[in-house]
Amino acid sequence: MELTTLAFLIPLLPFAAFVITIFFGRRLPAERGLAAVPAIAAAAGSTLISFFLLLKVLHGAVVEVSHPWFKVSEYLFTVGVSVDPLAALMLIVVSVVGLLVEIYSVGYMHGDSRFSRYFAYISLFVFSMYGLVLANTFFLLFIFWELVGLCSYLLIGFWFEKKSAADAGKKAFITTRIGDFGFLIGVLLLASAGGTFQFSELFGMAQAGHFSSSFLTIATICLLAGAVGKSAQFPLHVWLPDAMEGPTPISALIHAATMVAAGVYMVARCFPLFSASAEASMTVATIGGITALFAATIACTQFDIKRVLAYSTLSQLGYMMLALGCGGYVAGMFHLMTHAFFKALLFLGAGSVIHAVHEQDIREMGGLGGKMKVTSTTFLIACLAIAGIPPLSGFWSKDEILVAVKESHNLGLYAIAVGGALLTAFYMFRLYFLVFCGKEKGEAHESPYVMALPLVVLGVLSVCSGWVGLPWLEHNVAGFLSGGEAHGHHGPDYTVMGMSILVAGAGIFLAYATYIRGWIVRDAFSRRLGPLYSLLYNKYYVDEIYLSLIVRPLVSLTRALFAFDLAVIDGAVNGSARLTVIWSRAKKWVDIYIVDGAVNGVAFLTELAGSVARRTQSGYVQQYALMIVLGLATIVILKLLL
Amino acid sequence: MIPLAHYLILGAVLFAVGMFGVLTRRNAIGILISIEIMLGAVNLNLVAFSRFVETSTLNGQVFAVFVMTVAAGEAAVGLALILALYRNTRAVFADRFNVLKW
Repeated sequence: MELTTLAFLIPLLPFAAFVITIFFGRRLPAERGLAAVPAIAAAAGSTLISFFLLLKVLHGAVVEVSHPWFKVSEYLFTVGVSVDPLAALMLIVVSVVGLLVEIYSVGYMHGDSRFSRYFAYISLFVFSMYGLVLANTFFLLFIFWELVGLCSYLLIGFWFEKKSAADAGKKAFITTRIGDFGFLIGVLLLASAGGTFQFSELFGMAQAGHFSSSFLTIATICLLAGAVGKSAQFPLHVWLPDAMEGPTPISALIHAATMVAAGVYMVARCFPLFSASAEASMTVATIGGITALFAATIACTQFDIKRVLAYSTLSQLGYMMLALGCGGYVAGMFHLMTHAFFKALLFLGAGSVIHAVHEQDIREMGGLGGKMKVTSTTFLIACLAIAGIPPLSGFWSKDEILVAVKESHNLGLYAIAVGGALLTAFYMFRLYFLVFCGKEKGEAHESPYVMALPLVVLGVLSVCSGWVGLPWLEHNVAGFLSGGEAHGHHGPDYTVMGMSILVAGAGIFLAYATYIRGWIVRDAFSRRLGPLYSLLYNKYYVDEIYLSLIVRPLVSLTRALFAFDLAVIDGAVNGSARLTVIWSRAKKWVDIYIVDGAVNGVAFLTELAGSVARRTQSGYVQQYALMIVLGLATIVILKLLL
Repeated sequence: MIPLAHYLILGAVLFAVGMFGVLTRRNAIGILISIEIMLGAVNLNLVAFSRFVETSTLNGQVFAVFVMTVAAGEAAVGLALILALYRNTRAVFADRFNVLKW
C-alpha cells in the first residue's frame, strides 16, 4: 500500500470507530466491554501504522501529499497529510497513549451508563488529534484544533449530571476559545500575507525574509495565544485544573497526548516562524517559564491527587514552551514525548487509586503501597521520571531543556527552570509519600487486569523512552527531529546534568524529610508564612480575580443587555406587531364595509333594477305586441308633434 | 270614381280592426286571422297607391302579390306552431303561454 494511503488511514480508522460506536454502540453489550471493541481495534490499527510510518521516516521517507478541496478567489484549500520526523514522533505519542488509555478505560468505565458514548467520543478525540498532527495546512490544523477543543468539552463534561463537571466543560471550552480567537487571527494574518495556508510555503517565505519582522512578531504572538489557551499556559491555564471533573482516563489523555499537547505541537510545527522573530521566541519562553514556576508552587500546596497532577502538567508544559522559546526545538518535543508517557502513567495510576479507595484527597490516603503493588511501583517509576532521576526518561528530556535554556544565556529563565525542577521533585514525592507510604487508612484493592496492563506498559515506556535521546548516541532523537542538521549542542553537558540530579535529589530528600521522617514539621511552612501559603493554596487567586474582573462584570453586563433586550428590543418588536395588528384591523374594516360594500352595493342596485325592469317581460305575446304598437304610436305622435 | 282617400280610410279601418284583434283575441287562431286582416289592409294600401300615385309601373301590385305569398307561408308556420302547442298543452289560448320570459 502507498505510504500516503496509510497516512490517511491513521485518522480515518478512529473516525470509522467513532461513527460505528456513536450510531450502533448502544446495541453492543456494554457489560462485557464489547462497545469498546471498535474503538480499541481502530486505535491498535492506527498504532501499528504509526510505527510502520516511523520506521519509514527513520529511513528517510517523507510523506507529503495534498489534494485540492475547494477554491475561494486566489486561495486554494487543500486536504493533505505530511509525515515528517516531528509528525511521526507525535503520531507515536498520540497512538500509544491513546491505545493504552482506551484499554484502561474498559476497566475504569465499567458499568457506566454511557459506556459506548464514552468510547465514541474518545475515538473522535484521537481522530482529531491525528488530523491535527498530520495536517499540512493552517486551515486543516485549525479545523482539527477546534475539533480537539470540542472533544475535550464533551469528555470533561462527560458526567454532565454533576454541575461541577458541566461547568468545567464549559470553562475549558470558553477559555480555550479565547486563545483560539488569537490563533485564528494569526492564521488569517499569515494566510493573507503569504497567499497560502500551506505550512511549507509559509515557512519558506518566512525564512526567505518575505515577511517583515514586526509582522512576524504580531502573527506568531497571535498563534501563541492559541497555544496558550490549548496548552493551558498562564494566564489561560485556569481550565486545566477544573478539567479534573472528567473521567480520570480522559485527564490522562488530555494531559499527555491530545489536548494540551496540541498547543506545544503547534508551536513546534510553526517553529520556523517563531524562531524568525526574537520577540516572539522571548514571549514564548517567558510565558513558559512563568507557568513552569507558577504552577509548580501551586502544586506543592494542593491536596486533591488529580489537582496536584494537573498543576504538574501545567508546569511541565511550561517547560516545553520555555524550551521552544529558547530555541530548544528538539528539547521541547523530546520532553513532550517523555512527559506524555509518564504523565499518562501518573494519571492512570491516580485513576487506579481513586478507583480503589473512592477518594481524591491525599490526606485521607496512606499506605496504599502494600495493597496496590502494581500501581505503587509504576507510580514510583513515573515520579522518578518526572523528577528527573537518571536513567529514567524525564531526566534526559529535562536535561535537554536545561541545556537549551542555559545556551540562551538568560539567567532569570535558567533560575526558574532549575527552581521548577526542585519543586517538581518535591511535590511529586510529597504526593507519592502521602498516598503510598505511611500508615494504612481504610480498605483498598488492586485494580483489574485491563487497568494494570496499561500501567505496566507505560511504566516501561517511562523508563526507556528517554534513551532515544541519550546525548552520547550518534543518531539520537535530536538528529532525527532536526533532520540530521548540526544543532549547536552536541554531546553531554555534565555540569547541567550534575545540577539536575542534585536538584532532583534535594527535592526528593525534602519531601522524604517532611512526610516520612517528620524532621521538618509538615505545617511549618503554612504556619510561618501564612499569607504566602494561602496565596499558593488558593492558586494565586487567579480564578477569583477572573471571576470578579471578567466573569462577574460580563454576567452583569449580560443581565443588563438581557433586560435591555427584553424591554427595548422586544418592546419595539412587540409594539410594532401590535401596531400592525391595529392597522390591519382598520384595513379589514375598510375592506369589509367600503370595498366590499361598494361591490355588493353595485350588485344590489343592479338586482333591484333588474327586478323592476323584469316585470315588463311577462311572456305574454300579446303584451309585447301592444308595446310595439304603443312604441310605434309614440314615435309617430312625437314625429307629428315636433 | 272612388278617390284615394276612401281606400286609405278603409285600409286604416281594416288595419285597426286587425290590430285590435291581435291585441285582444285569446284564441291564437283568431290572432292569426287578425294578422291576415292587417296584411290585407296593407295590401289594399299598396294597390291603391299603385293605382293613384305611381301609375306608370305595377310595383305596388306585384308587391301585394309577394305579401300574399309570404302571408300564406307565415300562416302555415303559425298554424304548425299552434298545432304543436295544442298537442303539448291541449290549449290554443295565447294568455296560457307565458313561459318565454326571464
